[in-house]
Amino acid sequence: MIPGAALAIDVHGLNKSFGPKHVVQDVSIQVAEGRICGFLGPNGSGKTTTLRLLCGLLTPDSGAGTALGVDIIAEADQVKRRTGYMTQRFSLYEDLTIAENLEFTARVYGLDRRRERVDAALDRLGLTARRRQLAGTLSGGWKQRLALAAATLHEPRLLLLDEPTAGVDPKARRTFWDEIHALAADGLTVLVSTHYMDEAERCHEIAYISYGRLIARGTAAEVIAASGLVTFHGEGPGVDRLSAQLAARPGVETAAPFGAAIHVSGEDRQALVAAIAPWRREPYRWTEVPPTLEDVFIQLMGRSQDNFQ
Amino acid sequence: MTSLSWSRVAAVMVKEFKQLTRDRITYAMMLMIPVVQLTLFGYAINTEPRHLPTAVLVQEDSRYARSLIAGLRNSRYFDMVAQARSPTELDAMLRRGDVQFAVTIPGDFSRRVARGDEARILIEADATDPSATGGAVAALAALPDRALAHDLKGALAARGQGAPPFEVVVHRRYNPEAVTAYNIVPGLLGVILSMTLVMMTALSVTRETERGTMETLLSTPLEPLEVMAGKLAPYVLVGLTQTVLILALAKLLFGVPMAGGWLGLASGVTLFIIGSLALGFLISTLARSQLQAMQMSFFYLLPSILLSGFMFPFRGMPVWAQALGEVIPVTHFLRVVRGSLLKGQELGDQWRELAALIAFVCVVTALAVARYRRTLD
Repeated sequence: MIPGAALAIDVHGLNKSFGPKHVVQDVSIQVAEGRICGFLGPNGSGKTTTLRLLCGLLTPDSGAGTALGVDIIAEADQVKRRTGYMTQRFSLYEDLTIAENLEFTARVYGLDRRRERVDAALDRLGLTARRRQLAGTLSGGWKQRLALAAATLHEPRLLLLDEPTAGVDPKARRTFWDEIHALAADGLTVLVSTHYMDEAERCHEIAYISYGRLIARGTAAEVIAASGLVTFHGEGPGVDRLSAQLAARPGVETAAPFGAAIHVSGEDRQALVAAIAPWRREPYRWTEVPPTLEDVFIQLMGRSQDNFQ
Repeated sequence: MTSLSWSRVAAVMVKEFKQLTRDRITYAMMLMIPVVQLTLFGYAINTEPRHLPTAVLVQEDSRYARSLIAGLRNSRYFDMVAQARSPTELDAMLRRGDVQFAVTIPGDFSRRVARGDEARILIEADATDPSATGGAVAALAALPDRALAHDLKGALAARGQGAPPFEVVVHRRYNPEAVTAYNIVPGLLGVILSMTLVMMTALSVTRETERGTMETLLSTPLEPLEVMAGKLAPYVLVGLTQTVLILALAKLLFGVPMAGGWLGLASGVTLFIIGSLALGFLISTLARSQLQAMQMSFFYLLPSILLSGFMFPFRGMPVWAQALGEVIPVTHFLRVVRGSLLKGQELGDQWRELAALIAFVCVVTALAVARYRRTLD
């Protein structure tokens, strides 16, 4: 976070329960204007619920805060007007054409110069020639780009994206992220949830939520450094089959095969060295490497307590 | 061809059974439908109604008149519920649908019976639904022979012999030829409108929830009432188009009389369309999937067809079933449509039915707006 910068999102102590499930627990998030914040965490950790709380789709049980300086509870209407929200599932009308979907969105937000805006959005997307095609016939990547165009048509100052690239091929994902960066360069603030580590690394900062609690914050490098994790990279014939044995050793927090290699991580260097000692011989080769974001997240996941059980 | 594996069939079968019992509404549907159908068909529906409300205009208070009324009552088809003071009043009762039959005993009845001079009584039947009056009219054939048997004694005993002492003149009003289509076709208007409108709206809103587009709608500045009005407006047009189409076909193909009452009909159609749409919307706020919405619509349609007086005479049903029928908007709508087209009712004759429809619209709309969530909570 850049000190002194205006905050696009500033919420404290958000709580939300559905029946006995405490889905979001005391979550506080601050995102400075113009930043892209990656929102990470395992499935069912409360990412979608948090995003819905922020854009007024759900009312928090307790907690307060502002989005774009507007109270998210008392002035949910204002938040809705200035925020773009893209749902996890494609949620435009598949039986309307590309242009009709955008026109509908423009009307709902009561935008002026409707035709001009829709044409501009189509032009940006490169879909002008296919404007009369039904949205349902688009491929996954195109659907997501169309949904992004619809969510930004009213020129929001804050964009909430819920796993926008799930199931989208790498090339389309890259295009999508280029667009997000272009939008952020214009001053738009983006909070985007994702499961992809490469996407997390493309964010200015990340927030890790697990079982309803925010447990890590900062830039990717900061999160890795704060984890205090030590990782050894092992190579050699059949080393990838050792993960179960290694994981059972004291001092090993995670042991995950990466192709023919293996990553063994733990917080205690001595214990970790002792754990891999029996295999520190030919034909195996071990090198200490900086932990990846994924290593850190798997460690975080294992450490946080599952309150749903 | 590969051989059929019973264990694979069983795998699908077990899965299917599990899914069937997962959804409580489907479960209810499987058990409720037979129970509801059996009770309705078994107990509520009676194609030969008795104890039909009858008004009498007695222009002469005589022993004969009293015996005649007793005779009608004894047939068990007629229940004397009102005494009219004038032919106009009697006619109004029949037109409003307060009574099924209107009996007029003329002032010179006793004199003519005594003289053997073509004594007559007039029985006017509201024959909009021929099946409701058929049995009663048939029973009238025996009346002249029996009704006065005890009164014709002594010098008048001869009147009781041979030719009957008087004649019953039956006027089948509003549908003299007892054409069933005249009754069914206007009734179909109510059934078709509820079938299409309730189901269409219920599905159209549930579809948004099911496909996830509702989430996008809710994240925009749209107000609940705006969504409701915008979603329902096209179906008002659908309903009006259907109404015009059905009425045109009723006239062209079946020659259904159109006696007037256009103002009442227009009000009734408008209220009924709005009520049906609001009900569809209410269903959509309760249903979690299109399948559930469809099933709930069915729950509503079944009594609308069976208990409204569309298929079976309303007055043939026991009191509890009639009470249930009164709650259903189709019942009141059918009375308005039939009253307008066949009887030419004035707005003043229909205020009770229209008031019932207004009440329905208000209650259902209020519930729908209250149930509609502008958040996903």
